Amino acid sequence: MRKHLFGLTLEELKTVSQSLGLPSFTGGQLAEWLYKKEVSSFGEMTNLSLKARALLSENYDAGIIPPVDVQESVDGTKKYLFPALEGKYIETAYIPDGKRSTVCVSSQVGCKMGCLFCMTGKQGFQGNLSSGEILNQYRSIPEWRSITNLVYMGMGEPLDNLEEVLRSLEVLTSDWGFGLSPRRITVSTIGITPAMLEFLNRSNAHLAVSLHTPFDDERRKLMPVQQVYPLKEVLKEIKSWDFGRQRRVSFEYILFKDFNDSPKHVNELSRILHGIRCRVNLIRFHPIPDTPLESPDEETIIAFKEKLNAKGIISTIRASRGQDIWAACGLLSTKKLADK
Amino acid sequence: MISHNDKQTTPVSITSSEELSPGIYLIGFKRTFDFMAGQVIGISIGENDARRLYSICSGDKEDDIKILYKVIEEGYLTPQLSDLECGDTVWITPAGGEFTGEPGPAVWVASGTGIAPYYSMLRSGLGENKILLHGNRYLEQFHFFDEFQEILGQDYIRCCSGESGDGAYHGRVTAYLEEQNDLNPGLKYYLCGSADMVVETRDILIRKGVPFSNIISEIYF
Repeated sequence: MRKHLFGLTLEELKTVSQSLGLPSFTGGQLAEWLYKKEVSSFGEMTNLSLKARALLSENYDAGIIPPVDVQESVDGTKKYLFPALEGKYIETAYIPDGKRSTVCVSSQVGCKMGCLFCMTGKQGFQGNLSSGEILNQYRSIPEWRSITNLVYMGMGEPLDNLEEVLRSLEVLTSDWGFGLSPRRITVSTIGITPAMLEFLNRSNAHLAVSLHTPFDDERRKLMPVQQVYPLKEVLKEIKSWDFGRQRRVSFEYILFKDFNDSPKHVNELSRILHGIRCRVNLIRFHPIPDTPLESPDEETIIAFKEKLNAKGIISTIRASRGQDIWAACGLLSTKKLADK
Repeated sequence: MISHNDKQTTPVSITSSEELSPGIYLIGFKRTFDFMAGQVIGISIGENDARRLYSICSGDKEDDIKILYKVIEEGYLTPQLSDLECGDTVWITPAGGEFTGEPGPAVWVASGTGIAPYYSMLRSGLGENKILLHGNRYLEQFHFFDEFQEILGQDYIRCCSGESGDGAYHGRVTAYLEEQNDLNPGLKYYLCGSADMVVETRDILIRKGVPFSNIISEIYF
C-alpha cells in the first residue's frame, strides 16, 4: 500500500517533495490542497506541475477516504464508519446541536484500557490510527465545513497513541493546516500521566480526564489504568500545571447507580478538585451487553449535579445523543467487523 | 506497557539475563529500594529514553529485582534489552502501582508474562490460599512451574492453548473458566495480562456471578 500524505505536517510534506526531486514549496502547495480545499486526488491539484502530479500519484496516495457507511439517529446525530487498518474499521460521531456541531473522532481501532463500562474496550485492541486516519474522520464527512468543535473521545485512548494525536493536532491548528483554534478541540484521556504531561507541553488543546469516582478503590474496579497511574498522581500534575485563562480542563464522570452517585462522592469530588479551575461533565451511563452497572434515575442525576454546583464545582449533564444508533458515549465499537 | 517518564530514574547494572524459553527473558539487577509485591517499575536503556513499565518478578526481600519480558520484534525496548549482558546499564524508576497482593484467599489469573506479579507475591510469602490460573501457548513457557506447584499444589492450573500434555488443561484460561460452574463469588479475583484476556475473563466472571467489586485487573498496556 502506498503511503498517504494526508495527515503529514508541512515539514513532512516538504521532505516528501524534496525526496521526489520537487521544489520544497510544493510541500506548501500540498498542504493547501490537502487541508484547505475540496480535493481527494493529486490530479485535482491544478497548480502543481504535471510532473509533480505524476510523481506524487506514482509514489503516494492522497489519503482522503470517504466513509463507507452512515447511520442517522432520530436526534440528528450521525455515526460514520471509516475503513482504517487493513480490514479494520473505526466509528466517528457527528453531533449537531443548534449553531454548534461537534465531531467525535477515534484515535485507535479498539482499545487496550479495558474500562468496565466501555463497549470499545470489549473489542480488544487492533492498532493505532495514523494522524491521517484521525484527521480523515473530520475532513471526509460531508458536514466538515460546518463543524465548530472536535473532540478526541471516540474509540481508543488518545494518549496511548500520543505522537499521532499530536501530529494530527498540529495539522488541525496550524495556519498551513486546517487553522482551527485549539480552544475548539478537546482531547480526552483516562489519565496516563506521562503522556498527559507531554500533551500539555506540546499542545494547546483542552484536556478532559475520565474520572468516574473520586475514590481509588472504586476507580481501580472500573478502570485498570488506576493500578499504574493512580488518580491522585494525575490530579497532582494537573494542579501544578498552569492552564492559563483560555485553556480548559474538564473531568468526565459517568454516573452509576448505587456506585458513585452518593453525597459521599459529591463531598470527595469537591475535596479532590479543590484548587482546580475545571468543569465536571456528568454523563448518563449507556448500558452495554453483560454489564453489571446501571444508570441512576434522572432525579438522582440532577440532584448530584445540584449538590456539586452548591459545592462550587461547575457541573453539567451531558445530553445523551445518538443512543438509538449506538453512537452515544461509551458505545462505539467495530468488534463485529473486526471479527470478520 | 506504556512509557513512564514522570519519575526519577537511576542507573543500575544488570546482574543476570537469561532466556527462559524462546523470546522470553528474565533480567535482574541489584535492589536498591523497597517495593510491594505486584508493583511495577519503569525501564529504559538510556537516561532520557522513553520508559516502559514492567511488573517486578522477584520477592520483596531478595537482593535482586527481576523483570520478566517477552521480546516484541517490532517493539522499541525489548529487542534492545535482550541484547544486553551482565554489567551493562539500564535506567529504572522506583516501584509504583497498586496491583499488590494480600494474604487472604484469592484467585490469580494470568496470561503469558502476566505471571510476573504473582511470582513476586509468591516469593514474598503471599502464596498461601491462592488458586492460580496461568495461560500460555506452549508448555515450555510455564517457567516457574516447580515453585508454584510446591506451594499451590493442585491449585496451580496451567492452561496451554497451543499443545496438550503434561497435565495441563488444553485451551485458554477463558475456556477453562467458561467450564467452571462453582466459582466462589466471595473470593477476590486478580487478573493480569493482555487487554483481551483481562476483558474477556472479567466478562466471564461477572456472568458467573462474581461481583465486579471483587475483580482487580492489571492490563499490560
